[in-house]
Amino acid sequence: MRQVAIYGKGGIGKSTTTQNLTAALAEMGRKIMVVGCDPKADSTRMLLGGLSQKTVMDTLREEGEDIDLEDILLPGFMGIRCVESGGPEPGVGCAGRGIITSINMLESLGAYESDLDYVFYDVLGDVVCGGFAMPIREGKAQEIYIVASGELMALYAANNIAKGIQKYALSGGVRLGGIICNSRNVDEELELLTAFAKELGSHLIHFVPRDNIVQRAEINRKAVIAFDPACTQADEYRTLASSVENNDMFVVPKPMHTDRLEELMMEFGILG
Amino acid sequence: MAIEKSIEDILEQYPAKVRKNRIKHIVKKTDDKKSEIEANTRTIPGIITNRGCCFAGCKGVVLAPLKDVVHIVHGPVGCSYYTWGTRRHKGRSAQGEQNFLSYCFTTDMQESDIVFGGEKKLRQAIKEAYELFKPEAITISATCPVGLIGDDLNAVAREAEELYGIQVLPFNCEGYKGVSQSAGHHIANNVLMKDVIGTGDAETKPYAINIMGEYNIGGDGWEIARVLDKIGYHIVSIMTGDGTYKELKSSHKADLNLVQCHRSINYIAEMIEIKYGTPWLKVNFIGLKNTVETLRNVAKYFGDEKLIQRTEEVIAEELVEAEETLEVYKRMTEGRTAILYVGGSRAHHYQGLLRELGVETVVAGYEFGHRDDYEGREVLPHIKVDADSRNIPDLHVEKDEKNYRLYLSEEKMVELKKFMPLSAYEGLIKEMKEGGYVIDDLNHFETEELLKSLKPDLFCSGIKDKYMAQKMGIFSKQLHSYDYSGPYAGFRGAVQFAKDIAMGMNTPTWSFIQPPWQQAPLLEGEVAEEVASC
Repeated sequence: MRQVAIYGKGGIGKSTTTQNLTAALAEMGRKIMVVGCDPKADSTRMLLGGLSQKTVMDTLREEGEDIDLEDILLPGFMGIRCVESGGPEPGVGCAGRGIITSINMLESLGAYESDLDYVFYDVLGDVVCGGFAMPIREGKAQEIYIVASGELMALYAANNIAKGIQKYALSGGVRLGGIICNSRNVDEELELLTAFAKELGSHLIHFVPRDNIVQRAEINRKAVIAFDPACTQADEYRTLASSVENNDMFVVPKPMHTDRLEELMMEFGILG
Repeated sequence: MAIEKSIEDILEQYPAKVRKNRIKHIVKKTDDKKSEIEANTRTIPGIITNRGCCFAGCKGVVLAPLKDVVHIVHGPVGCSYYTWGTRRHKGRSAQGEQNFLSYCFTTDMQESDIVFGGEKKLRQAIKEAYELFKPEAITISATCPVGLIGDDLNAVAREAEELYGIQVLPFNCEGYKGVSQSAGHHIANNVLMKDVIGTGDAETKPYAINIMGEYNIGGDGWEIARVLDKIGYHIVSIMTGDGTYKELKSSHKADLNLVQCHRSINYIAEMIEIKYGTPWLKVNFIGLKNTVETLRNVAKYFGDEKLIQRTEEVIAEELVEAEETLEVYKRMTEGRTAILYVGGSRAHHYQGLLRELGVETVVAGYEFGHRDDYEGREVLPHIKVDADSRNIPDLHVEKDEKNYRLYLSEEKMVELKKFMPLSAYEGLIKEMKEGGYVIDDLNHFETEELLKSLKPDLFCSGIKDKYMAQKMGIFSKQLHSYDYSGPYAGFRGAVQFAKDIAMGMNTPTWSFIQPPWQQAPLLEGEVAEEVASC
């Protein structure tokens, strides 16, 4: 069982990418569980065809400790098992602690069955506290993919996440599996991202071009492969899926200094 | 000298950085020079300290003894449970009066309250407490997790005040604030000063006083009040041992404030003086001589001949009994030595009483005292404010034109200040005998080494290191809880203390610390006949 966590700047398309990627993997016949680690609980909407799911934290709050796996684990597109950890509304409580609680709960309920090929964690925006680092701590996810684009802030966040991975890589077994570019049509984006990934000591695992069909599928609460299996974007996600499946480059990232990051931007992006 | 050598040996075993830090917390008393000590700074990580936390200082020390108030602890159950009834602040109420000392109130936060925020549960707790008990007021004390998740205590308290029409006082005293429980004292002082003191209008009688920094451990406050009542004072409020919220509200109307524990209450004492004009007198009710001197100072402040005469009568009456008994015990304690490591005032206060019993204090120190508790208040302007102290809000009060009054003229005050500690405190170091050592935030390693090398006859500290000393055969008296005895204050308290330590030091128990098999062989026999080896 491979445990994979997807990180990246808020709004970069982590949930979209995760759901389309897992849909493609499911199409390949893999058994998958997706754990949404965002209090907004919108990481499995396209796989489930709606936000109908009850989160782990809501269930815990309403029904106490005595809950069944079926209450929180719903089968979605092609049998993908979907869980949302959930959490408090913005501004109260501790969302980070919520993630720790729900992952522990999933473990004690036996959600991590041995017949699973993949567990994906879709984690909120940035690693803001220890709770959001939960999926990469304590031997949970072993591989991380960072979703980024050619915009400075996206790379800045990606670099910061690499710092977090480095910290836990040294104490645990977590490794960076690669950078996924979710294109924003920035000039020379492919070159910039390739260089950025290389500088981190990793690689650009796939360049997902921008295509409006993604938005259309999303509004229809479907993954691209479910919405239009024959379109070219579906093939892009299939390529991403097989790259992840066959990936053998797992590294301890070497995050760069902010100055170096800006230098890279100058080299490829704005002045390029 | 023995102590000097022991301390050198201790410091020698520290890594350079630790040594550099600890050396500033250790001062030898010499009469010819002023000693500066470092205090109220962070304990070195890894060193076992006796210090408590900010929550303990606020809820545990200052607030908990107020008996007509429901004290809700917002946090996981342990913070409330382990501060429940462990401090022996006694309290009793007259018929019909409220007394919640035997109750333990907490929101008992669970994992989901941490994740989703605990305000809802706190609201519910206040509602239940109000409906069940209808208390005069409610306090809410914050614990560490509440601060981390950012529950808004102040907003919940405001809302509850409107709903129930009683005061609901929020204390943001999360345990991690400051460097010791001292931070909590300050936070409690600020809120009580801002929201409680000055809101009442009870009538006062002549010679109206407040007793501050007296928590009625083992009934100390009762013994002090007994004597003060006998002389004819009107005790407006006692802060806070066996005290009430009701009395506290009118405490600004007293003519004089008596400050026993300077560390935990000096903020209120000082602020009352600025706002209402009432001065404070540093008192010490531990030991006969100190008690007598204190009573004379108070009488002199009021300056009434009749009161002064009555004071002398009471002193004479009380001394007859006390002095005679103390003499008996002194024969059993004379010539012994003691190490005191306690509080922010007791390591100072008890030295006089021990001296009366012929016991010399060789090392003394505070857990959470500040430099002014060691060196006297004149160092206040020179204390460096560090980031830890800056985290605790400083309340600034202004003169209340309507209620401000001076009981004595300014000239009279200047005159009196020459003879007594009016709005002044000289600190512990002055009390020490030349050659004695003052050690701040004494840690377990240092305690153990000092006990081993100095072998004092008495070690006065708390529960955390009591048994370490006793296993070494050194009698240890807890000066936090008095080991279920007391009172130790005032005339009768001095006798009780003398009895307890005379018994403790002279019990045959100490001769049994080393088991018999370590002193002599248990089997006796002789070799019968050498058998030749084959």
